[in-house]
Amino acid sequence: MKYRDEYRDPASARRLSAEIARTATRPWTLMEVCGGQTHAILRHGIDRMLPEGVELIHGPGCPVCVTPLGCIDKAIEIAMEPGVIFCSFGDMLRVPGSSGDLAAARSRGADVRIVYSPLDAVALAEANPQREVVFLAVGFETTAPANAMAVRQAHRSGLGNFSLLVAQVLVPPAIESLLTSPGCRVQGFLAAGHVCTVMGLDAYEQLAQTYRVPIVVTGFEPVDILDGVLACVSELEQGSARVLNRYARVVRSEGNPAARAMVEGVFAVVPRYWRGMGLLPASGLGLAPAWQQYDAERRFGGVEAGPEPAGECISGLVLRGERRPDQCPAFGSRCTPEAPLGVTMVSGEGACAAYFRYREPQRAFG
Amino acid sequence: MPSAETGPACPLPAGEGDTIQLAHGGGGRMMARLLETVFYPAFDNPALARRHDAARLALEGPVAFSTDAYVVQPLFFPGGDIGSLAVSGTINDLAMAGARARYLSAAFILEEGLPVETLRRIVRSMRSAAFTDGVEIVAGDIKVVERGKADGCFITTAGVGSVLAPTAVEPQALRPGDLILLSGDIGRHGIAVLSARESFGFEEPVESDCASLLSPVMALLEAGVALHCLRDLTRGGLASVLVELAQGSGLELRIEESAVPVRADVRAACELFGLDPLYVANEGRFVAVVPAAARQRALELLARFPVSAGAIPIGSVVAGEPGRVIARGALGQDRVIDLLSGEQLPRIC
Repeated sequence: MKYRDEYRDPASARRLSAEIARTATRPWTLMEVCGGQTHAILRHGIDRMLPEGVELIHGPGCPVCVTPLGCIDKAIEIAMEPGVIFCSFGDMLRVPGSSGDLAAARSRGADVRIVYSPLDAVALAEANPQREVVFLAVGFETTAPANAMAVRQAHRSGLGNFSLLVAQVLVPPAIESLLTSPGCRVQGFLAAGHVCTVMGLDAYEQLAQTYRVPIVVTGFEPVDILDGVLACVSELEQGSARVLNRYARVVRSEGNPAARAMVEGVFAVVPRYWRGMGLLPASGLGLAPAWQQYDAERRFGGVEAGPEPAGECISGLVLRGERRPDQCPAFGSRCTPEAPLGVTMVSGEGACAAYFRYREPQRAFG
Repeated sequence: MPSAETGPACPLPAGEGDTIQLAHGGGGRMMARLLETVFYPAFDNPALARRHDAARLALEGPVAFSTDAYVVQPLFFPGGDIGSLAVSGTINDLAMAGARARYLSAAFILEEGLPVETLRRIVRSMRSAAFTDGVEIVAGDIKVVERGKADGCFITTAGVGSVLAPTAVEPQALRPGDLILLSGDIGRHGIAVLSARESFGFEEPVESDCASLLSPVMALLEAGVALHCLRDLTRGGLASVLVELAQGSGLELRIEESAVPVRADVRAACELFGLDPLYVANEGRFVAVVPAAARQRALELLARFPVSAGAIPIGSVVAGEPGRVIARGALGQDRVIDLLSGEQLPRIC
């Protein structure tokens, strides 16, 4: 398959791995921000192809994981309202709220539908004029353009029965929050290519300059990731802190102007509560004042934002890269995907789920 | 081989009414007419012709018995339909125990409002699948539920077959050193159904691999290939079958992930949906675990049948960690293969 197989080529991967070993003269700690990259790293064993001392720690880039409890609770509450069709991407269905998840709500009679695009939800609203159709708009910068387009399309079609429950988040403020936290060990970042495809590199240039930290934009295949690690280690070895675009087959430095324009009209930057990271200023998107008639919180009441209940789960530390999943005492024993203590064990892109799925050396078999 | 649509020539007279009504399951005249016009002509055989409460059958030697319920939406998908699935699925389950299916029963739960023509197409497809494998559908039942209480048509089939394998074909028979053979490329059924259900409109629709596995299994048995275990890949995909075999045998299974064939269109669809092809459903693939010495013979035999023409060794059984499955990736790194937690859900981004 073109654009994939060449980036999973074993010979290229081995060459890059050797090159990294030659380049690194001392230990370096890098963070891959995106949960998709975390899974690729664990699945292909990329961390085991790095020299001792070059460590990859896993970042908060799983939109499912950072969606706050209050938002999930609200989603379930709305879904249980009679007459509502509640639409969501598939991987939000098992995210636990305070009591149960959307999958459980569906089994209790809620009309919860998995859609592949917010435009499918708009089509449902059009086909069911007597029902309220709500779409759970989660994700990073990548999902914002399509969600904005859905709102515009609903508006053009005059749909009064369509709304978004918005929990959109932005990557650069999360990186900044990590860099300013006292426990931060990260010396360089691998930034997720798909986010930059939309938004471009401006925000990363500012971060790199302010905090003297190299940021390498890279893709999701093993060769992409190893190439990103090599570029980042080279920057660190040279004492340089640039933003490098190593995903140029997809990312342009200005991003995608059409997608940005689509987002900027409909959404405005707002403070947002992140699961595990707390309230971060200017870290999310909400519907802009002119579009608030499409805000589900207006129709069904606001999301209760607040700190997560304290418990045994260390997912906050995992999301900030301060602990590895297998350093959690509950990992694989009191916390499994069937009986999770936290969302990082549930989500398809969560770091704990990745360790459980591909590693778990201590788990008993049979 | 007759196609699912046409089947062996046999005229099916048109029935009364266009859609299934509650009375079609009520035991009265409407049900009798439905049986006479749709079911009896299709499944015509001596046992059914007696119209009795139970079929009287004769089977010699050890018998295998299996049942399975079939729910699929859409009812017709590229490469198959619920009817062919319901027949082949149970034939395959019996084949995995080293048995040739002989007789099937079929129970239908129909939703009020189902077009009779749809039912007729399903039944024709069942007849065709049964005829191809020399299996008779000798007993059945129909229930009709109110509109909204079922998804068009649910079918449960049960089957009995004669066991031809000289020794038990089961996970406990696995031995260290055995070879794991896979009968062909994986993931087509899951992607075909997902694509058809969601109307993604791929340029070339992926066709389900839905098929009977009887012929290649019978060929292996008749040639005297020592079959330690057979297992057809269904809902949980190849990964789940390997885990079941490892846990059932108390041995470790090791596979080379790059040896597992996945067609380019299936791989592309999996990339798009964020699915792992090892966990995607199949309906016409199986794993055969054989002694290493039987490798050549088994592969030669499997290559003779279209359904298993792509058979290939993917790994082996080792003493190792009991119940564990390890896949070596293309980059040479090992990862653990485990049962899926819940269903595979398409991801956000």
